[in-house]
Amino acid sequence: MNRYVGKSVLKGVAVGRVFCYQKQDIHIEQTKVQDVEAELSRFQGAVEKAKEQLTALYEAALANVGEDHAMIFDIHRMMLEDDDYLEAIEQAVKEGTNAEYAVEMAQDQFSELFASMDDEYMKARAVDIKDISQRVIRILLGISEDGVPTDEPVILIADDLTPSETVKMDKNKILAFVTVRGSSNSHTAILARSMNLPALVNTKMEPSEDWNGKVGVVDGFNNEFILDPDKEVLDEMIRRKNQWVADLEMLEELKGKDNVTGDGRQIDIFANIGKVSDADPALEADAGGIGLFRSEFLYLGRDTFPTEEEQFVSYKAVLEKMEGKKVVIRTLDIGADKKVDYFHLDPEENPALGYRAIRICLDRPEIFITQLRAIYRASAYGRASIMFPMIVSVEEVKRIKEIVEQVREELRVEGYPMGEVELGIMVETPAAALLSGELAKEVDFFSIGTNDLTQYTLAVDRQNQKLESTCNTHHPAVLKLIEMTVKNGHEAGIWVGICGELAADTDLTETFLNMGVDELSVSASAVLKVRKAVRDIT
Amino acid sequence: MKEFQYVIQDPVGLHARPAGLLVKQAGGFQSKVTVECNGKSADARKLIMLMSLGVKQGMEVACRIEGEDEEAAAEALQKFFQENL
Repeated sequence: MNRYVGKSVLKGVAVGRVFCYQKQDIHIEQTKVQDVEAELSRFQGAVEKAKEQLTALYEAALANVGEDHAMIFDIHRMMLEDDDYLEAIEQAVKEGTNAEYAVEMAQDQFSELFASMDDEYMKARAVDIKDISQRVIRILLGISEDGVPTDEPVILIADDLTPSETVKMDKNKILAFVTVRGSSNSHTAILARSMNLPALVNTKMEPSEDWNGKVGVVDGFNNEFILDPDKEVLDEMIRRKNQWVADLEMLEELKGKDNVTGDGRQIDIFANIGKVSDADPALEADAGGIGLFRSEFLYLGRDTFPTEEEQFVSYKAVLEKMEGKKVVIRTLDIGADKKVDYFHLDPEENPALGYRAIRICLDRPEIFITQLRAIYRASAYGRASIMFPMIVSVEEVKRIKEIVEQVREELRVEGYPMGEVELGIMVETPAAALLSGELAKEVDFFSIGTNDLTQYTLAVDRQNQKLESTCNTHHPAVLKLIEMTVKNGHEAGIWVGICGELAADTDLTETFLNMGVDELSVSASAVLKVRKAVRDIT
Repeated sequence: MKEFQYVIQDPVGLHARPAGLLVKQAGGFQSKVTVECNGKSADARKLIMLMSLGVKQGMEVACRIEGEDEEAAAEALQKFFQENL
């Protein structure tokens, strides 16, 4: 039994026979060409042929794995139209080099350009250059393309796989991928995710042909590939694989179903997201909307404030992706605990109780107004709601509404189209929960942030590991505040959701339903799990 | 000559897909389009060089357009960056 550590791109388990995919090694000799014109036209013919193949691959991939993954073959075709690449080859041919060798030289030169970049995504593009170059070389040499010859489903082991190799594989014959190289942006990784197959990339191993036919295990949860497992390990892994498959099937079945209990009670299950691309997994998980779109990503990791235009683009992108489903955008929730030098925040003893979130926004309205303008402008492209964090008083909400009105008026005068926007607050301080009766008259919804509500109610720092047992999120005081908030919200006729970690705690799903909570917003990966918990209630 | 600046929003930067689309966009105009970032520059019609600029999220790119239809090209490209990057 041997264990190899890699980087998991999909959490799952596969057990099966191993097949090592060896690339056909094409040896190319440099020769001197006499008829340069003929060699040039031979090369150009091969490029045309390669482009035809890529168009066909694009069509095939479009049907099998969707446009997002098919796009790469369109990119390959465009790379084969790149002037720099073509000129490098043609120049070498004009100097008398045979076309095959000239292509190989260009392949090395241009793939090195990407391989030397300090960016994982761009590093992975070196494979694209190799892929297009090898395609042209094979055509020049008259070698047919080799796929992956497998009769039974196997765990495919390879050094690295090109997009063409991956797309040509028969999906029914692959249990998992393990590659020596590659990154989580490589095509193997992307394809594995789209096919829901366990996969490891960047695995420290030296595969050889005598591995073929041996039993292997890919454990995506523990980043491990195990060759020749002993009986004990194998039995355990088979058990875990069956469990994983059963869970997956069960959750898959829940897609498209309602969040309704056995006795007919309904609840909305939305997703929490922290950046534009998070909307994709949320949709994939069949979330009914976005219950919390954290806007901090726009402010972190930079040296200047994000402009209205930049913010507008991001909000609009999410609203468009969600196609009319509700998207609740939370205005910035930043304090001295986050590294944003350009905010010029003074260091604080206790940032959780300090100058943060709405307190900054009301003190420095120019920051707030820029964000509100961007959200309102984006609201024309979907169903946007706004919620404000860290509220402790009715006066704050009144002040916010004045600023919002001013922003709307400005945008109206400037002629921007705007949608209907619900305004809500986070209930995450005991003060807001206790005042929820009064606050409910001012807003369209409440979203209960249980992480901060727990920390502020129990006077427990949730980062402090020593206090983990004290930080009991099921504490009756916290649950009482939630219940009170829901009741007060409903009395005023507004909806009440929960967007903290507690929303995904299936031990409490029934409690929340009994309280009458209208919406639970959880991470995309928990949406179906919570749906199951709701449907299991009789 | 027309010029505009844009800060990249896309989490993976100027990756293959938008770079490919940019090449198509730029190819639709007579003007020469140059993209500058990181102290390097690339012709917007050349996919490989464009990608090798290594443009990441949060970086500012300068787009320069020079030619007869620079007015229309600048407008279309600015819109392109806003919508795709």
